[in-house]
Amino acid sequence: MIAEHLPALQVVIPLMAAPLCILLHRASGAWFVSLVASWCSFAVAVALLGQVQAGGPISYPLGDWAPPWGIEYRVDMVSAFVLVIVSTIGAVVIPYARASVEREVPSDRAYLFYCMYCLCLTGMLGIAITGDAFNLFVFLEIASLSSYVLVSMGADRRALMAAYRYLIMGTIGATFYIIGVGLLYMMTGTLNMADLAERLPAVAETRTILTALAFLTVGISLKLALFPLHLWLPNAYAFAPSVVTAFLAATATKVAVYALIRIYFTIFGGIDVFETMAVREVLMGLAIVAMFAGSLVAVYQNNVKRMLAYSSIAQIGYMVLGISIASVTGLSGGIIHLFNHALMKGALFLALGCVVLRLGSAHVRDLDGIGRRMPLTMAAFVLGGLSLIGVPLTVGFVSKWTLIQAALERGWWPLAVIILLTSLLAVIYVWRIVEVSYFRPVPEGAADIAEAPASMLVPLWVLAGACVYFGARAEQTVTIARAAAATLLGVSP
Amino acid sequence: MNVLGLYNYWIVVVLMMTGFYVVIAQNNLIKKVVGLNIFQVSVFVFYISMSKVKGGTAPILDPGIQVYGNPLPHVLILTAIVVGVATMALALALVVRIRHAYGTIEEDDIDAQEEEP
Repeated sequence: MIAEHLPALQVVIPLMAAPLCILLHRASGAWFVSLVASWCSFAVAVALLGQVQAGGPISYPLGDWAPPWGIEYRVDMVSAFVLVIVSTIGAVVIPYARASVEREVPSDRAYLFYCMYCLCLTGMLGIAITGDAFNLFVFLEIASLSSYVLVSMGADRRALMAAYRYLIMGTIGATFYIIGVGLLYMMTGTLNMADLAERLPAVAETRTILTALAFLTVGISLKLALFPLHLWLPNAYAFAPSVVTAFLAATATKVAVYALIRIYFTIFGGIDVFETMAVREVLMGLAIVAMFAGSLVAVYQNNVKRMLAYSSIAQIGYMVLGISIASVTGLSGGIIHLFNHALMKGALFLALGCVVLRLGSAHVRDLDGIGRRMPLTMAAFVLGGLSLIGVPLTVGFVSKWTLIQAALERGWWPLAVIILLTSLLAVIYVWRIVEVSYFRPVPEGAADIAEAPASMLVPLWVLAGACVYFGARAEQTVTIARAAAATLLGVSP
Repeated sequence: MNVLGLYNYWIVVVLMMTGFYVVIAQNNLIKKVVGLNIFQVSVFVFYISMSKVKGGTAPILDPGIQVYGNPLPHVLILTAIVVGVATMALALALVVRIRHAYGTIEEDDIDAQEEEP
């Protein structure tokens, strides 16, 4: 009974938790509600992944209105995988949130924080599960509006401007997306993704469809911060509360990448957009620039949060690069990097949150000798950093290895060289932090600081441990990612 | 190419570009929000005008009528309007907070305040 309604519950549970947080009106009660909601979502997502692995894609007609007229929730390998990514991060971050929110968000607003957190989770899970192009827009806006609020809750007043700019850019992106959907609807008369895929090839040659593709690409690229549409990201991540940065960095851009994958491989699945509509040249070019520019700018940042934000822009480049290769290996490289980057960036930002909790700053000059003052936190940070570089036995290696393989399969060896070169840039900025925190003396007269509380260390080490675990035992994730890529491309794995 | 026959799209494009230009060029945060609103509304007009069927009437079932307009885009736009209202409310609330924090809503002045350490 419950098993067949899991797709609806996936979205409904966090959605219902949000108003409950408001009604409870107390930080501890709201925290507990979001804890229960996000753990339930995690359980549902894992159950859905199991169902899909056993019995193939699930189609769930919402309110029993048959698709393509009603809204269809559709769970296949890709969406199940993204659901697991989002809900894992959601479930890991929330126990951590309590201590961190207490420190960084005024106590009378903490319950609103948890309400927005639940809504944001709802939106992102909704994007991953829906099979309807317009419904995706609605969830995109639920996720975005709540993340603007979350960003604006940062203690620094610059958080307000960051949230405002994020709102302007995000709304333009979402509006571009609905223009694209409108143009598709004009030509096909349907909004269901599977239905669109069937009807589009017949009208593929028209200028309307080409325009629609351009609007959809630009709109979603704004949301996923693809270079040069990334301008909102560094400040939003740098000034948001630490929990929010960790949560958004690990999930928001991933979900947008997922939406891009859906557009190219499901909605436009019947047309080879990469060969006929010059999508490959555009995406691959921007991805390569993002990888270089993001990493280079990251090297010069003094605020570690900003540094990691620029590194995110570079990492998004890797994901988009995987998409633009558009072979099973390339796409699986992109998909696997969704998961791996969520783990490592989650771990890095959570570690940084612990540092901010004790030091009140994430500036490089304040981090002298922090490795000796907070050994557990910084050890996790180093693990995350190693993954970012792509050292063997960490998750970063798995994604980069898959991407390099994909480039070589196509015979594009310069791409493989570029991937290696940008990894070297990652060595530079990660090493800067390692050098400061381990090889510099603790400043004299510095107050004694304790390690972060267990409620924060445990989630941090769950993610840092996962970076190593899934790096050493990559078969599981690689198998899922390959199966997902194969379904998207319509070939057998 | 019937330029006049597509006048609804011309209106949409002109509105859209006006809004977009205001968002980019304006320095005042409130005016930017207004531009954003115009930009969004142009898309609403786009959806609504595309659902018009020539000679069709309002989609209320009646035995004497054969041709109806398409009601679906209207419903979609109801949803989009709600999203637009929420965005606008949030943007204005943020501007209020920005004014409290900086004492101004001119972007240049805010940037200037940030540059002084």
